[in-house]
Amino acid sequence: MELHALTIHELQDKLRAGETTAADILASVCRRIDAVEDKVHAYITLTREAAELQAAAADAAIRRGEMEALTGMPIALKDILCTRGVPTTCGSRILADFVPPYDATVVEKLRAAGAVLVGKTNLDEFAMGSSTETSYFGATRNPWDLDRIPGGSSGGSAAAVAADECVAALGSDTGGSIRQPAALCGVVGMKPTYGRVSRFGLVAFASSLDQVGPLTKDVEDAAILMNVIAGHDPREATSATVEVPDYRSFLNRGVAGLRIGVPREYFLAGIDPEVRVAVEAALGVLEAGGARLVEISLPHTEYCLAVYCIVAPAEACSNLARYDGVRYGFRAPEGRDLLDMYKQSRSAGFGAEVKRRIVIGTYVLSSGYYEAYYKQASRVRALIRRDFDQAFTRCDVIATPTSPTAAFRIGERIDDPLKMYLSDILTISANLAGIPGITVPCGFTAGGLPMGLQFLAGAFQEGLLIQAGAAYETLAATGPLIARRKRERMPLD
Amino acid sequence: MEFEPVIGLEVHAQLLTESKIFCGCSTRFGAPPNAHACPVCLGLPGILPVLNRKVVEYAIKMALATHCRINRENGFARKNYFYPDLPKGYQITQYAHPLAEEGFVEVETEEGTRRIGIIRIHMEEDAGKLIHDERFPSSYIDLNRAGVPLMEIVSAPDIRSAGEAAAYLRRLHEILVYLEICDGNMEEGSFRCDANVSLRPRGREEFGIRTELKNMNSFRNVQRALDYEIERQRRVLEEGGEVVQETRLWDDAQGVTMPMRGKEEAHDYRYFPDPDLVAVAVSEAWVEEVRRTMPELPLEKRRRFRREYGISAYDAGVLTADRALADYYEEVVRGCDRPKLAANWVMGDLLRLLNEDRRDIRDCPIPAAFLAEMIHLLEEGAISGKMAKEICEEMYRTGKAPRTIIADRGLVQITDESVLLPVIEKVIADHPNQLAQYRGGREKLFGFFVGQVMKATQGKANPRLINELLVKLLTG
Repeated sequence: MELHALTIHELQDKLRAGETTAADILASVCRRIDAVEDKVHAYITLTREAAELQAAAADAAIRRGEMEALTGMPIALKDILCTRGVPTTCGSRILADFVPPYDATVVEKLRAAGAVLVGKTNLDEFAMGSSTETSYFGATRNPWDLDRIPGGSSGGSAAAVAADECVAALGSDTGGSIRQPAALCGVVGMKPTYGRVSRFGLVAFASSLDQVGPLTKDVEDAAILMNVIAGHDPREATSATVEVPDYRSFLNRGVAGLRIGVPREYFLAGIDPEVRVAVEAALGVLEAGGARLVEISLPHTEYCLAVYCIVAPAEACSNLARYDGVRYGFRAPEGRDLLDMYKQSRSAGFGAEVKRRIVIGTYVLSSGYYEAYYKQASRVRALIRRDFDQAFTRCDVIATPTSPTAAFRIGERIDDPLKMYLSDILTISANLAGIPGITVPCGFTAGGLPMGLQFLAGAFQEGLLIQAGAAYETLAATGPLIARRKRERMPLD
Repeated sequence: MEFEPVIGLEVHAQLLTESKIFCGCSTRFGAPPNAHACPVCLGLPGILPVLNRKVVEYAIKMALATHCRINRENGFARKNYFYPDLPKGYQITQYAHPLAEEGFVEVETEEGTRRIGIIRIHMEEDAGKLIHDERFPSSYIDLNRAGVPLMEIVSAPDIRSAGEAAAYLRRLHEILVYLEICDGNMEEGSFRCDANVSLRPRGREEFGIRTELKNMNSFRNVQRALDYEIERQRRVLEEGGEVVQETRLWDDAQGVTMPMRGKEEAHDYRYFPDPDLVAVAVSEAWVEEVRRTMPELPLEKRRRFRREYGISAYDAGVLTADRALADYYEEVVRGCDRPKLAANWVMGDLLRLLNEDRRDIRDCPIPAAFLAEMIHLLEEGAISGKMAKEICEEMYRTGKAPRTIIADRGLVQITDESVLLPVIEKVIADHPNQLAQYRGGREKLFGFFVGQVMKATQGKANPRLINELLVKLLTG
């Protein structure tokens, strides 16, 4: 198999054995990018020259016998993570030329772990979307079907991993933005517990929901990346001080005796029958592997989307107020006065979906509406959190579909915001409750599109997600299945 | 109809922390524009605020000093509005959950001691500053001030006159400076005040329509502006008109308040809890720790000075106006055990010398122990009052001890009769005419002989002894 098709742990084994070099790995990934990027459009910015230097440094380190967790691994970053000296656009015209003078904490950590940073991946503008269609830099395509969306908002990262344009990537997840595209592209994606991974340098969409996490080819790689990026950050007030376990130690624990909660509310109307069948089959596999399935209820599930559609835009309208054309970013040149400059810069700098959410957010925070919307949403959010607290007294992890459908067609939902928002209906609850979630591939639709199985766990129980995810991967032999499918069905070669 | 003014004050005090409230930038005043502006101050994407706990500690001090209830769980909110000096498009402030509520301060007025309620004390960040270029249609932004910690102290509408407002402000100012949490500089804006004022017919419960006054940058201006505004509203009401609810600016030069130009927009700040910051948990232990560092406050000190040292209310007021001055005075008293005399010397000669040089008591060249020693020597009669004044000035110039100065200049008083007697005899012998006139009834000439003796001894003779001996010898 070509180097670009391998996982982190496979490549690290090869480096350790002296069978390849970081430079060779990068060269392989770059050839792959050259071959398929035109079709996929996973990246906004490629940083090939810097990557070559990092690969050379990695090889030098290897020669000195200094292997770090990610030495020589070509990794992509969602273009909402700040990178010192490299444009960080958030997929928006308003930040098209913005070059941060600092690295996000996670980027610092990747560098310190020896990673080779290949580029910045495409996303829905400011991570607002479920299809990576709202990017100022154009849509990303699903490598499994180029007429379809890769999911979003971390669609560029998911597509890049699926198309082997990098070995792994980081994304951000506010309502499902890692898990949903990972599911739609047939890769693994994890949203950690709120506060587990630093948000410093992650451009804020909705601060109480945002979380950085890995998109990888298998669960072991997710564990490796989590080992690197998790941990307390004194630069973030909401960063958790909870100790970080070795996530790899959860890999081979199996599911024997594990109580898997199956919430009936996540298998109701709106779930595509194919997805439902695939997830039910996956539950069967887990049960056969020794897991105990427990039927549970999360009674406030039906309010999750409504709560999200108030809380996220409210925080967003405030977070995006700084893009005013005054200090940095896009400024409309023809403003007559201050107010006019603001209006023109923001009108031209933001796309339609971002503006929609700014308007919604401004509305729900307005005096006279605050109580009815934002305050009420905050109360319901507490109930949603309590649902999970109660559920986790009866089970160790919860299993659900990740996305109600497989990848839809480009343009199919772009003019129907409500339908678009429904793409995240199964993932939003984890953000609202602040708990971790993972998606692992669980088969393909008849049309050849990947589907995802989501596990959720209590706060700081990422280890259980790795355990369940890795066990399922082994029991269902997902790895070989995807590899074969890629060879046979992926329309890139 | 008789009207009663109802006044409430909002004070913004800049806290004297080394670094800003949400980043490590310096708070120092006067640096070149944007020298203290990091990515946090600039509101760059992806940057997060981290609370400076020193700010909370300082605010707790003020809360304790004003008898407020400290909210164990308090938190920050975002106040959203667009302005170029506000880099994030929102100000981080406390809204629904302030640090402290429901306190009071005691204010001494002509009618006696009055309690003015404190509604709330909260922490927030300052904004930057715009610098407009007069020559071009362009403006510049200095973000050195952005993120400098402020504390807002909101009074209850308990104040009933401009004089009382000024007294309340002086009281807050004094406490802040005593606590060493604010430098109190009104010109540089580290102590600012806005006022809400309305009138109501005396005896009526509900408030009238209020105006908000801004731009009063001294105690005197607060008083003048309020006096003006009260009179203005009174005239409006007496003519049967209605006060317009508006913000008015005090114009110092013209001595009037004027409506702020431009139509006032009804701002909707869309406050909501800042998701980037966690609730500030103020534990009992923390409050106790802060309480232990609290100094004696000015009012308590004033009362104690009067009680312990038996000095007048006025003297106690002067001596406690500055915490360092009060400390200095107390050290002098400890050294000489003459509280009243010490008060006279500290408030008289010492403050005069310091004021002449615009020098702070903290830089006083005379150690308190030296002044105490000098007072002691004076009381013993070892030196005269005149010598004491000279010694005091020399101590101030040189920082030398009084005994050293006395030795250097041979200033010890002549109290020995055997030394003084020959001098007086010589003076009398040298002035036979004056002696004759004196003995002839011109008793006024007694002073002339005293002067001559003083001159002959270069002022070192003990005046009491001169008198005694002169009376004896002149009468013959």
